[in-house]
Amino acid sequence: MRDFVKLFEEIDGTTKTNQKIQAIVDYLQVAREEDKVFAIAVLTGNKPSRPAKTTDLRLWASELANIPLWLFEESYYIVGDLAESLSLILPKTSAEADYSLEQIITEVVRLKKVTVEEQKEVITGYWNHLSGTSLFVFNKLMTGNFRVGVSSKIVVKALAKYLDKDEAVIEHRLIGKWDPFTETMASLFESNLAEDKHFLPYPFYLAYALEGDPNDLGDLSEWVVEPKLDGIRGQLIVRQNDLFVWSRGEDLMTEKFPEFAKLNQILPDGTVIDGEVIPWKDGHALDFNVMQTRIGRKNLSAKILQEAPLVMVCYDLLEWNGEDIRTKPLYERRALLKAILETYPLDNILILSEHKQFANWEEAKAFRENARVHFAEGLMLKRADSPYEVGRKRGNWYKWKTEPMSIDGVLIYAQSGSGRRANLFTDYTFAVWDQEQLVPFTKAYSGLTDKELITIDNWIKRNTIDKFGPVRSVKPELVFELAFEGINLSTRHKSGVALRFPRILRWRKDKLAKDANTKEDLLDLIKQKP
Amino acid sequence: MTVLKRQKRTESQYMKLLTVNQKGLYCKQADVYLDPWKPVDTALISHGHSDHMRWGMKNYICQEQTVPILNLRIGAENNVRAVAYNDPFEINGVKISFHPAGHIIGSSQIRLEYEGEVWVFTGDYKIVSDGVSQPYELVKCDHFITESTFGLPIYNFPDPHEIYEDINTFWRKNVALGYNTVLLGYSLGKAQNILAHLDQSIGDIYLHGAVANTNEALATIGYDFPGVRITPENDRSKIKGAVIVAPPSASDTPWLRKMTPYKIAMCSGWMQLRGARRRRGVDKGFPLSDHCDWQQLNQAVQDTGAKHVYVTHGYENNFSKWVSEEYGIKSSIFKTLYNDEEEEVSE
Ligand SMILES: [Zn+2]
Ligand SMILES: [Zn+2]
Repeated sequence: MRDFVKLFEEIDGTTKTNQKIQAIVDYLQVAREEDKVFAIAVLTGNKPSRPAKTTDLRLWASELANIPLWLFEESYYIVGDLAESLSLILPKTSAEADYSLEQIITEVVRLKKVTVEEQKEVITGYWNHLSGTSLFVFNKLMTGNFRVGVSSKIVVKALAKYLDKDEAVIEHRLIGKWDPFTETMASLFESNLAEDKHFLPYPFYLAYALEGDPNDLGDLSEWVVEPKLDGIRGQLIVRQNDLFVWSRGEDLMTEKFPEFAKLNQILPDGTVIDGEVIPWKDGHALDFNVMQTRIGRKNLSAKILQEAPLVMVCYDLLEWNGEDIRTKPLYERRALLKAILETYPLDNILILSEHKQFANWEEAKAFRENARVHFAEGLMLKRADSPYEVGRKRGNWYKWKTEPMSIDGVLIYAQSGSGRRANLFTDYTFAVWDQEQLVPFTKAYSGLTDKELITIDNWIKRNTIDKFGPVRSVKPELVFELAFEGINLSTRHKSGVALRFPRILRWRKDKLAKDANTKEDLLDLIKQKP
Repeated sequence: MTVLKRQKRTESQYMKLLTVNQKGLYCKQADVYLDPWKPVDTALISHGHSDHMRWGMKNYICQEQTVPILNLRIGAENNVRAVAYNDPFEINGVKISFHPAGHIIGSSQIRLEYEGEVWVFTGDYKIVSDGVSQPYELVKCDHFITESTFGLPIYNFPDPHEIYEDINTFWRKNVALGYNTVLLGYSLGKAQNILAHLDQSIGDIYLHGAVANTNEALATIGYDFPGVRITPENDRSKIKGAVIVAPPSASDTPWLRKMTPYKIAMCSGWMQLRGARRRRGVDKGFPLSDHCDWQQLNQAVQDTGAKHVYVTHGYENNFSKWVSEEYGIKSSIFKTLYNDEEEEVSE
């Protein structure tokens, strides 16, 4: 693990993207072949969850350090990070050993299934043979909150450099929840995708928010303008007579959408469509809350299916007859998509996204301002001759959302409410990402249903990391969309911004903490102000 | 089964030799203060850091190596009595002596003995040697007044020799990448500790004015530290691949920006924590400390043989509770006005 620890130290010691990329390349050049996939998994946030209880870890470490638990707790309070606290109080080892990253991660996964006694024996065994940053990295993996200061973009760039391949190719191959225990470098990067991994989606092309005036985009006729719907972005794949539906979060969601189940018998093999999965009735989209009632349910009753019937509003065709057509211009892909949707008996399960015809940008602006009336949250602007790119790219696609401004934040602190809600944790503090750190940026209370509050309260009690008086810090997992009326720079707030009238718009169960917005996004909102 | 009864002897049976009042740590019998924070007649000074050696005392008594620092920092016109280490003198029946504390040059533990009872005030101290200041000397006592700057078990510092090596490696690497190396450390103590261990074959050494001033004062008693003072006359373009030693207050100043391009590191025991490193906004943190870490504090408490421990500045609540629980030694807290952190010199 020493080479991986060195990599961690180098990434940790610099804020420069190029140095981080080079550190990863250097690591890949010297690491054990079997360790590489595990390193890539960890670097991209695909890491095993915590196998042991944190209370046990504290107890065992205090025992080894010969200090009472209260002194550990006081120390932890000062340090603020459990893995670091454990590393600092554990006695220095005189018999340092090196383990492979593969072995350590295998242990973390295995320890989940053994008795507490065995956990203690194994974990304290490692503690007795690790020191410094190695011990810290081990504890980070053991406490399940290891974050390395690199974006997946950096990892992709490093892999592209190391393997001498296109970044888009790397990104495509890293998509989805792949398993480092079953993959090898060869199966990840050298396999024949069409044959061996026919389930894999293409990397999604993501739009930037439009900054400034649409008039600057040039002639409206060069743009495909669509209502921006508020569902779940998805990719529908029919290959080798199988059907797969992937979400933008790279989750395989095929089972959740029984409406699409028969599509592999209707559409020909080698078809991949990009679109919005959304509840739809009487010719228009239903509110996102309706969708929420379906997400997370194991059994979809007939009643639910009737109340929240899903369709896919299709806006792009990525593969046809097994051919990757992403480089063809959008108007060609759209024309083909339209023909397909008209040809096959799809029974309105797949609907073509509407190409809005506006006379000029002013008309488009007017629509956007009232988008909610049209069951949309704004407009999507796509250059008619644009290829389907990989990841978030500027220039060809823009999302142009309606006010109010909103941002996705991660719940990090909770406090009990007052009055009727005194015994519930209802006052939340939210954070956004600043590099690899979450910085709190606002508090918000209202906006959730009582039922949601109770669910979240329950979750908070089970996922508390620490208590500071009435405040609990919780695992950074839950993401909420927060709406606000204004945003300004502020020196009083740690995040550097202050929000006006923040409120919780909704619980984004479809998002992971890593999908939350960044401090940069907040600052961008300020810059965009007229 | 025999029950061992602890010998009962309450504090009220005799007057404590040292107490804390609003001016400082006071010895009534000798009518002297130890490191007072308000003006008094006679002050025994443990060392030259600004939270321990203050302005306005009628008479200063300090270790002889502290004198040039006193002259530099509060002026040469004071009444100063210089004493050597291990050279006792008496005031009104109280036998007083200064003993090496290993913290910085001239730093002393102050020992007071009266009617067979021995008190030791550590000032600031460390047990490991820094190769510059006179190494810590164990002084047996009944009453031990200890600082607790790093009095939590998370503070276990690496061997300083490893740190010196790391600092030189950092410097070497920066030279190779075309950077200057800025090392931040308190101008009195840490700066000399660093300077004494820099590998001068790597490159040139430059000094912030505050560090140069301190070095010049110490030169009057025979110390010779490397480094050239940076003045407005220096040709900045010639400062390349060099080390610049500066106090922490110099970070983020226009003065420092003129050294660009540079990598910057902070040398302090606080750098043991990742959060502290991040807050400092430095490229690197070296946990080089002039204070005892957890192990050293525990060693001192045990080795002195004290039956009563008084804990001052730092994590005094936790360390005091630990001492009484762990060793069965009576332990209390002395609330002083010494800072948790070492002095910050702002020029
Ligand atoms: Zn000091
Ligand atoms: Zn002090």
